[in-house]
Amino acid sequence: MLTKKKNNGNSLKRKFRLSEFLAEYTIKSVSFISLAVIVLIFVFVFREAAPIFFPKEKKINTEEFLQSETYGEEPSDSSASNSLEGYSSLNGSGDVADFKNLTGKDWQPVGENPKYGLIPIFIGSLKVTVIAILFGAPIAILAAIYSSLFANKKLREFIKPAIELLASFPSVVIGFFALITIATIIQNIFGVSYRLNAFVGGVAMALAVIPIVYTVTEDSLTAIPKYMSEASLALGATRWQTALFVVMPAATPGIFAALLLGFGRAFGETMIVLMATGNAPLTSFSIFEPVRTMSATVGAEMAEVVFGDTHYTVLFFIGVLLFIITFIINAIAEFYVRARLMKRFRGE
Amino acid sequence: MKKIIFAVVIMAAAFGFYMQSKVITVKGSDTMVIVAQRWAEKYMSEKSGITIQVTGGGSGTGIAALINGTTDICNASRPMKPSEREKLKQRFNTLGVEVKVAKDGLSVYLNEVNQVKELSLQQIKDIYTGKVTNWKEVGGKDSRIIVYGRENSSGTYVYFKDNVLNGADYTATMQSLPGTAAVVNAVVKDKNAIGFGGAAYAKGIKFTAVKKDANSPAFLPTEENIKNGNYPIARYLYLYLRNKPTGEIKEYVDWILSKEGQEIVSKVGYFPVK
Amino acid sequence: MMNNKFLGKGIVIISALSVAAIIASLIFILFEIYSGGRDYLTWEFITGYPKEGMTEGGIFPAIVGTVLLVLIMSVACVPIGTITAIYLNEYANKKSILTKIIRFGVNTLSGVPSIVFGLFGLGFFIQFVGTGMDKVFSEPGQLQWGQPNILWASMTMAFLTIPVVIVSVEESLKTVPDDLRAGGLALGATKWQTIRKIIIPNSINGILTGTILAIGRGAGEVAPILFTGAAYFLPNLPGKLTDQFMNLGYHIYVMATQSTDVEATKGIQYATAFVLLICTFSLSFIAIFVRYRFRQKIKS
Repeated sequence: MLTKKKNNGNSLKRKFRLSEFLAEYTIKSVSFISLAVIVLIFVFVFREAAPIFFPKEKKINTEEFLQSETYGEEPSDSSASNSLEGYSSLNGSGDVADFKNLTGKDWQPVGENPKYGLIPIFIGSLKVTVIAILFGAPIAILAAIYSSLFANKKLREFIKPAIELLASFPSVVIGFFALITIATIIQNIFGVSYRLNAFVGGVAMALAVIPIVYTVTEDSLTAIPKYMSEASLALGATRWQTALFVVMPAATPGIFAALLLGFGRAFGETMIVLMATGNAPLTSFSIFEPVRTMSATVGAEMAEVVFGDTHYTVLFFIGVLLFIITFIINAIAEFYVRARLMKRFRGE
Repeated sequence: MKKIIFAVVIMAAAFGFYMQSKVITVKGSDTMVIVAQRWAEKYMSEKSGITIQVTGGGSGTGIAALINGTTDICNASRPMKPSEREKLKQRFNTLGVEVKVAKDGLSVYLNEVNQVKELSLQQIKDIYTGKVTNWKEVGGKDSRIIVYGRENSSGTYVYFKDNVLNGADYTATMQSLPGTAAVVNAVVKDKNAIGFGGAAYAKGIKFTAVKKDANSPAFLPTEENIKNGNYPIARYLYLYLRNKPTGEIKEYVDWILSKEGQEIVSKVGYFPVK
Repeated sequence: MMNNKFLGKGIVIISALSVAAIIASLIFILFEIYSGGRDYLTWEFITGYPKEGMTEGGIFPAIVGTVLLVLIMSVACVPIGTITAIYLNEYANKKSILTKIIRFGVNTLSGVPSIVFGLFGLGFFIQFVGTGMDKVFSEPGQLQWGQPNILWASMTMAFLTIPVVIVSVEESLKTVPDDLRAGGLALGATKWQTIRKIIIPNSINGILTGTILAIGRGAGEVAPILFTGAAYFLPNLPGKLTDQFMNLGYHIYVMATQSTDVEATKGIQYATAFVLLICTFSLSFIAIFVRYRFRQKIKS
């Protein structure tokens, strides 16, 4: 009796168990993929950048004159000069990306002594990002305040999707729009001498930053427990007083997170700055001068370098920096801010 | 849901096994895209069963692709550098094959309203290295010079740096644009702008006449001046191959060097090699 | 008090103006791009090939390239995203460190700049996986997989869009009432059976929304494919996975900056931007609509 039951049950159960086991473990292992991707991204972007940290002995054959064969008839006249006349942009012995070179003030990666100074392009990224935040964040936060605290339900259900639609604008379209329309408008208003400049890029970038800042702010405003605002209203405060002095302070960590995420987004964005900022590696703090950002530098030069070259590794190094910077910003937004929010709601 | 996934997988698989005709990939100089694309279009219309893929990006891109083995033919607006030959040799044990296919006067663009008509090589160098920043220093109006150039991947960038700037660095205020047409377009829009690039792209801008030094006569980049060597910054345009061309590639290269191919060169504003 | 009243009114008005400014710029961009490309938006433009050195003709190969890209991408990112969401919501112990790490990984992934994905695609798929495959499968000196192509571009894009799918699927999994889970288990179904037969069918909306949003994102991003497969000009449609492809977003970029005549092709640029915008716009419109309908259903 017992054995029979066991047998019956066994065949059934075993089958189920196997599929259960497989399902659970497949699901579990697949869900590790996104984690693995993060690790892979870091490892493989770092791997290509590694030669910077562990420079190899370079041997470039300068003694032997390497001449290609020619094909086709040799043209009779030799007027067009192609001789390099002693000057050549062959990356020679000066082609090292050591600490001193990387912290220099010039970004001139092609030449006899290539200069891989990251200062101008880092400042460029920072400049555009700060302009984008200063321009976009107030608008986005105010819009979030309006839609979550002042607007009635019907209006809110129109505003939210509308701003989410702005998030669906591809950055290349925003960049195109900035290149053609925003640049002209700004040149007409301010009469600036550089048509494409950091300000144009920043304004265009604001369009990309607004949806993300709006969404996170809106989320954190609506996450404020109802009893807080109800208590305030019950004590005789008006709606805007409640909004300004009760809900807003409670949501500050969330708004801070929104700003951080917006900052991260703008810092890494490529197509907008590539198209709209003029791409000159200037070290200056004027907002109406052209800038070259880190992301745009990678976007513009990566496809064109010889794989494995110093220039190539430096571009990957910029990628590593971009990854680390955005990673830290996201981590702060995630941990610090969430902890603060939780504390506040628990009333500590 | 399952059916949809199934259908998509089948489609992807079918797509993977679908074969196509013989492909020649051409990659490189933006200066040459304009002519390379017309060659390709014309050649494909005359000869069926062959596909020619033309991509721009810059001479550096093309040579890198040649070294990495991702292209059959590379367009270059500058000669290959020894370091690049070295790399090619390491990978494929060949120094590459060079084919001169056209001649080009590297012209300096100005906005049409600019009063400056001619510049010496030294003045151009001073402007591009940032020593001269105002038009009045070279005989124009009192206004700031807005300097446009190409991205550092382009052969034009390197050629200009080697032969006009004598190896000096470009000024940091130079705005790098990814294509010659973009430079032309920027100069059209900006009355204080200066730019450089191939003569073929010029539309809505004016060329500066260029003098070898302060006392010599100035010449415009016309066919005659380039042919007889009066115009001081002229260069060849090249095709690079890994090995001596054979088969379809040989036919294509021969066709480019033929009368028909060279006619297209003149049509787009460059000058034939013969 | 008077001042306060003004302050109150002022805040309401300023915040309302901010909303108006955002929506106005939305409409302005749409209008501007539509009016710039209106004259070029013909059937021939959609179905034609570029001609005369890309100064004339249509954008058909770019459209096909974009569609293929998002299709191959979805094959990879939708299952991975869905399964991860199921794990996070159904299997994982919410409090465990492991779950927190995975969740943090997903959040981080969504914050990685798209250009870094591009570098990753080049460094991992092309230089590592592709070159490795060539060593095994191809003849020596022959490069087949170790170069930019549509497969690697799609895979790079898939990694970028996984978080989009996860977020949207998880959201819908959370709306499945616990009663259903308990009911399934009480009737003797195993956990996997409950998930397969009850939970997934009930959250199909979320999977659908996630897929649509991911496609919208994938269609619009350009930075990840800059050096993993997009081509300036191809006379043919991609025929196999190792081919390069044209792409709408990349086409806008090259036409606006590297085309042979920027001014003459302005109409084509506007029209291409409009086509791309309409694609991503309508996709996210559908996603928002589906989600909205779904929320209404939950409420009733």
